[in-house]
Amino acid sequence: MSELLVVNDISKRFGGLQAVSHLSLTVNEGEILGLIGPNGAGKSTVFNLINGVYAPDTGSVEFAGQDITGMPPHRVARLGLARAHQIVQPLGALSVLENCTVGACFGRENLPLAEARETAREMATKVGLGDRLDLIASSLTTAGKKRLELARALSARPKLLLLDEVLAGLNPTETEQMIATVRQIRASGIAILMIEHIMRAVMSLSDRIVVLNLGAKLAEGTPQEVAENPEVITAYLGDSTIMQAAEASP
Amino acid sequence: MWRRPFPWLIVVAALLFALVPYFTNDVGMRESLLLAAIYIILASNLNLMIGYAGYVNFGNIVFFGLGGYICLYLVTAWHVHVIVAALIGGVAVSAVALLFGTGILRLRGAFFALATIGVNQAVQQLVVNFEPWGGATGIYLSLDSYKPFGGPMQALWWMYLLIVLLTAASMLLSYVIKNSKFGLGLIAIGQNEDAAAVLGVPTARYKALVYSASAFLPAMAGGLYFFKSGIIEPGAAFNLEQSIEAIVMLMLGGAGTILGPALGAVLYEEMRGILLTTQYLSHFQLVIAGVLLLIIVQFVPGGLLGWLHRLWPRTRGWLQ
Ligand SMILES: Nc1ncnc2c1ncn2[C@@H]1O[C@H](COP(=O)(O)OP(=O)(O)OP(=O)(O)O)[C@@H](O)[C@H]1O
Ligand SMILES: [Mg+2]
Repeated sequence: MSELLVVNDISKRFGGLQAVSHLSLTVNEGEILGLIGPNGAGKSTVFNLINGVYAPDTGSVEFAGQDITGMPPHRVARLGLARAHQIVQPLGALSVLENCTVGACFGRENLPLAEARETAREMATKVGLGDRLDLIASSLTTAGKKRLELARALSARPKLLLLDEVLAGLNPTETEQMIATVRQIRASGIAILMIEHIMRAVMSLSDRIVVLNLGAKLAEGTPQEVAENPEVITAYLGDSTIMQAAEASP
Repeated sequence: MWRRPFPWLIVVAALLFALVPYFTNDVGMRESLLLAAIYIILASNLNLMIGYAGYVNFGNIVFFGLGGYICLYLVTAWHVHVIVAALIGGVAVSAVALLFGTGILRLRGAFFALATIGVNQAVQQLVVNFEPWGGATGIYLSLDSYKPFGGPMQALWWMYLLIVLLTAASMLLSYVIKNSKFGLGLIAIGQNEDAAAVLGVPTARYKALVYSASAFLPAMAGGLYFFKSGIIEPGAAFNLEQSIEAIVMLMLGGAGTILGPALGAVLYEEMRGILLTTQYLSHFQLVIAGVLLLIIVQFVPGGLLGWLHRLWPRTRGWLQ
């Protein structure tokens, strides 16, 4: 398998806080890599460093064979790297369809407006928003907005998807649906780097997992290996869900 | 574009605007329609910045004034035909805006708004001290300048017709941009600039481009307007009050819509006429405009059109 994203030794400091320190990770083509860690571990910051929202203090990021370190977010998006935000960022006054059209217009395929609308319609339908295309984005429910994040990112026809807690705040039924959608996306050949707190989900979806603690890599391996790692268990401090989830996963 | 009814609506409206005073030979009507036309141009182009991209250009009148100065200078010092001179003014001001825009559009929100006021005041000061442009007294046209049109009377009609043409062009520009990929990118920026960038919208380039585009027609209109007046001086060219009035019109009609700014401009022009002829109110025009702006922003942020859209959601489709 060839390497799609190579993150090498990146760090980021906010004032006195070392949010990410010397982290390296790789996402292969067609793979789902889980990124887990306690609250404030620096996971979302890693995403911000990858897609150019912040430039890293050290290290480099390489995507599809190209050095994208310090490249502005809109150019990274063009290369085929799309993101669903942890804190949903709908373009509030635009409809669901228009939101996705923005993703398709300015994404990897750089589509003209009319074609972008078709892609947008297709992707919105794929994640289950087909009946809400003309609804104004700000009027969606939380679950709806999460789906919109995903649909909009997919509309860009990316090679790699960064999913930041797309399951957070969903009820059990919605969670099941979203997990199924993520599986479909991977089956269509898109690689995924996902941050997730719901251990059951991340354990069963991921091919490999990287564990982050205090901005640094604590462990890396298959879900099983990670769940059995004593350091990981200590970092989650008595949080036994990680063990249960590992047992439950195939 | 010509398959849709909207552009034709604009063309028909512009023809009526142009021809009714001409064939009735009503100079009074022409003068008040001219003012409305200028207002529509200012409000409509400002809408590209405020309504689409979400950036409040408080010093928007600088385009109008600078365009006026360049045009009158070319006409008097170089004997360039006014239409060519106005065109050169439009291009030059757009180019300067592109340069400036790249810098000041790094600022957001109130900081950007303040910077645009600064730009207007700085340009005004520069012009006051610029002798080739007549310093504080400005530039006067001689009657000779109107000769190509067969005299001042005819020249006034010509300027009126050309300004109406620019008004139609402004509306069509709003329409074309709104229905383009560029427009979608701008509206995305207006909604959430950071999210737009992550989605791939080249925010810095788009902002500079729209700032520049929104300068072109007002600068040309400034050239024609001051040519018609026969005089330009710094106070009249860079009048911040007119900037603020343009914002009031835009908000009154509905920022972000195509027809809203025109509607607001005409309503404001009417209101202004009433205020100026009412004895006790004539000095309070700007106060009333300010209060109006506060009321709109607080209670009907979508303006007249936004309010209609909310009242009858069906109008959202055709009444853009
Ligand atoms: N722009 C910023 N300025 C200052 N500090 C920041 C900034 N962004 C993140 N931080 C800090 O960096 C640390 C890591 O934040 P980050 O959002 O990456 O954590 P996370 O692992 O995504 O947490 P969570 O699971 O709660 O989403 C936190 O302490 C956060 O407060
Ligand atoms: Mg986070």
